[in-house]
Amino acid sequence: MSELVTIFVDGAEIQTSPGKTVLQACDAVGVFIPRLCYRPDLIPAGRCRLCTVRINGRYAGACYTPVANGMVIEHQTPELQRDRARIIEMLFVEGNHICPECEKTGNCDLQACAYRLNMLAPTLPYRYVTRDIDATNPEVFIDRSRCILCGMCDVASRHVDKKTVFAFENRNGEMRIAVDSRKGLIGTPIRASDKAAQVCPVGSILIKGTAFQSPYGERTYDSRPIGADIEEASKIHGAVSVAEPEGNDQT
Amino acid sequence: MEETEIPSLVEKYNNSRTRLLDILQAVQNQYGMISESSIDQIATAMGIHRADVLDAVSFYSFFRRQGQGHASIRIPRCPACSAFESEQLAEKFQKTLGIKMGSTTSDSRFSLQWTSCIGLCDQGPAILVNGSVFTRLSPEKVDSITNKLKTTGILDHGQEFPQIQNACGPNSKVDSNIILPGPVFFQPIQKGAGLWKALSGSPERVIDEICSSRLRGRGGAGFPTANKWNLTRYSRNTAQRVVVGNADEGEPGTFKDRVLLSEAADLVFEGMTIAGYAIGAQEGIFYLRAEYAWLWPHLNEIITKRRTQHLLGDHVCGHENFHFDIRIQLGAGAYICGEETALLESSEGKRGAPRDRPPYPTDAGYLGKPTAVNNVETLACVTRILEKGSEWFTQYGTKDSVGTKLFSVSGDCDRPGIFEVPLGITVYDLLALAGAINSAAAMVSGPSGEIIGPKDFGRKLCHEDLRAGGSIMVFGQQRDLLAIVQEFQKFFSEESCGYCTPCRAGTPILETMFAKIVEGRGTHGDWEELLDFAGTVKRTSRCGLGQSAANPIVSTSRNFPELYQTRLQAVDFTSRVSLDEALADARQIMEKQI
Repeated sequence: MSELVTIFVDGAEIQTSPGKTVLQACDAVGVFIPRLCYRPDLIPAGRCRLCTVRINGRYAGACYTPVANGMVIEHQTPELQRDRARIIEMLFVEGNHICPECEKTGNCDLQACAYRLNMLAPTLPYRYVTRDIDATNPEVFIDRSRCILCGMCDVASRHVDKKTVFAFENRNGEMRIAVDSRKGLIGTPIRASDKAAQVCPVGSILIKGTAFQSPYGERTYDSRPIGADIEEASKIHGAVSVAEPEGNDQT
Repeated sequence: MEETEIPSLVEKYNNSRTRLLDILQAVQNQYGMISESSIDQIATAMGIHRADVLDAVSFYSFFRRQGQGHASIRIPRCPACSAFESEQLAEKFQKTLGIKMGSTTSDSRFSLQWTSCIGLCDQGPAILVNGSVFTRLSPEKVDSITNKLKTTGILDHGQEFPQIQNACGPNSKVDSNIILPGPVFFQPIQKGAGLWKALSGSPERVIDEICSSRLRGRGGAGFPTANKWNLTRYSRNTAQRVVVGNADEGEPGTFKDRVLLSEAADLVFEGMTIAGYAIGAQEGIFYLRAEYAWLWPHLNEIITKRRTQHLLGDHVCGHENFHFDIRIQLGAGAYICGEETALLESSEGKRGAPRDRPPYPTDAGYLGKPTAVNNVETLACVTRILEKGSEWFTQYGTKDSVGTKLFSVSGDCDRPGIFEVPLGITVYDLLALAGAINSAAAMVSGPSGEIIGPKDFGRKLCHEDLRAGGSIMVFGQQRDLLAIVQEFQKFFSEESCGYCTPCRAGTPILETMFAKIVEGRGTHGDWEELLDFAGTVKRTSRCGLGQSAANPIVSTSRNFPELYQTRLQAVDFTSRVSLDEALADARQIMEKQI
């Protein structure tokens, strides 16, 4: 194995192995950098930008930037914390996220990040968009009102399920997740057992018949905030552990 | 509708996934639009997913999807052009065709659309009809254009250039408007002179020569060209090297590449060939923005001629081991594709979303090969440097910004057009050359650059001071600067590729927050919040588009604070919505005051 590299996160020295990304290195030692479009089992795409950190003076996404020896990373600065809260806020006002009526509530990464970053009520102007629901498929449905365009369903479908059920359509604020059939999801080979059906961090792609299965109090983020698993894992493994984190699989 | 030609069109491009943009263009040229069934048939013929075809079709603004007209009339909505009555032009088109901007006639023949800058700011108002261009229009000419389009039968097939141009004749003349030619770009060209000199030495020697010339990229970022070539040449990636010429000149107010390609394309193609020799590439891609599709026949002719003269192709200039050829890749309407990694994605037939770096294109660019992406103006400089020597080149410009530079000057001035001047010239001197007197403001390097006032006109256009992208848009005292800023904020939210949150969701929010201030409903707190929010968009956006999208707001706030202050309400809070506006519909329906 090649030699360890040293990076500095908010002044703390972290030993990690080369080939990891900044986010993976931080996860391994229990430093949680908020994220919405990263999962350890998928190729990172850097879409949500929540994991923006300042690396050697330049802003970059922690999820895709590989570590390099001597890197100086600013993570918990008041400015970046505020930027992240604002990104969450932007996602809330861009779509239609009505937590009380959403079956993902309590298990939703967007909602959990909002609580964690103290974004309790958006003040930015809402877009009030009209977005459609695709309920054609007997197993899986999409509510585009809640889509945050993180692209994880697309990555999972292509690289894990080998199916290419999803792609994007349009650009700018008009961008939407598209499916590989004019008939909608029913015309695609997606199944509830697919990775693509299970990775949505919000309540946009949901599996039918599974709503509200855990009672209040037993949902993913009821007892501890998002990222707590990563922070706690490091207490068990020790502060300079380079082991892979468990990942915050919420399915 | 059965589009029987599709399999053969796909075959024409060897069924290559990389050529999807060309295939889509061919289908559109054949059938006037890309229908939903065309998308299915293209996917089937190519053996790829429909979703991937749709992804590309829907991203680019020049692809006409089902429901749009066979002839798409695009009117640029850019402050430099609207000075020349493009609003009135739009009004006349709407009246003549009986439709509103952004809609299509019921017989599916015409669509009317606003578009971003089409690079004809010096001879506006200009429009694009499919791929063809009409300049110096006035509302009186509208009827004759629409009539000719109707009678020539072109509309049945929605053909692109040059059919429309031929049918409509002399309207479409484009002038180069070179006001001040300089020593580098517009002197007589001796074809092959630079190339012969390059080939007479080793590739290393070519890079050394460029290194001694201290040439920096002319696309805006100013990266030293020799460094880029060395990185590409010596990349550990063993794949074949590629040279890309970036002619996706999309920054509003910039048209210098248009003129360079009209007048001196040989310099550009020769520069690409020299770059190919220097980095060890055989493949050259010339990425031309869709707005300049009308230049395609001219450029293609030059490339063909260079092949017959052995300046391109196998054994260039009879050299034993050097083979190099160029293909033109036409874009399809997306400002973001000027960003080099977005351009590479687009050249591979995909949506133009920028890539994360690392890896840099010099290690993994076009199809994962080490790629040097150079601006066309940089490439023209390369040819002259090889021809005349680096010492000759370094006599122009400043210590850190060597050579001359092309500037497109437009807006409120007597002599809009192209100026070739040494880098380091002051804004004031350039404005004087263009006959801009008593200007209120100048936008330097487009909306992603900076809007400055007279107190900064003494600043120098060069790497050390004001970033010199290649355009100056002049605004006279009569202009409402904040209304102009508003147009550019619209531009950014329209052109955002949608990939990352802060740019996709943030640019429309910037627009909304700014509108409140422009409309006179904002407070001092709103202004502060706007600038604060602009900081978030700048810091967290993924690429240069989002990072500079708030520049019109930020630079005018800094340089023209009084324009903001006079519009602010002297209270702590005002509502985002105006109560009267919000209730207007209800009041009308109920016919009473509520």
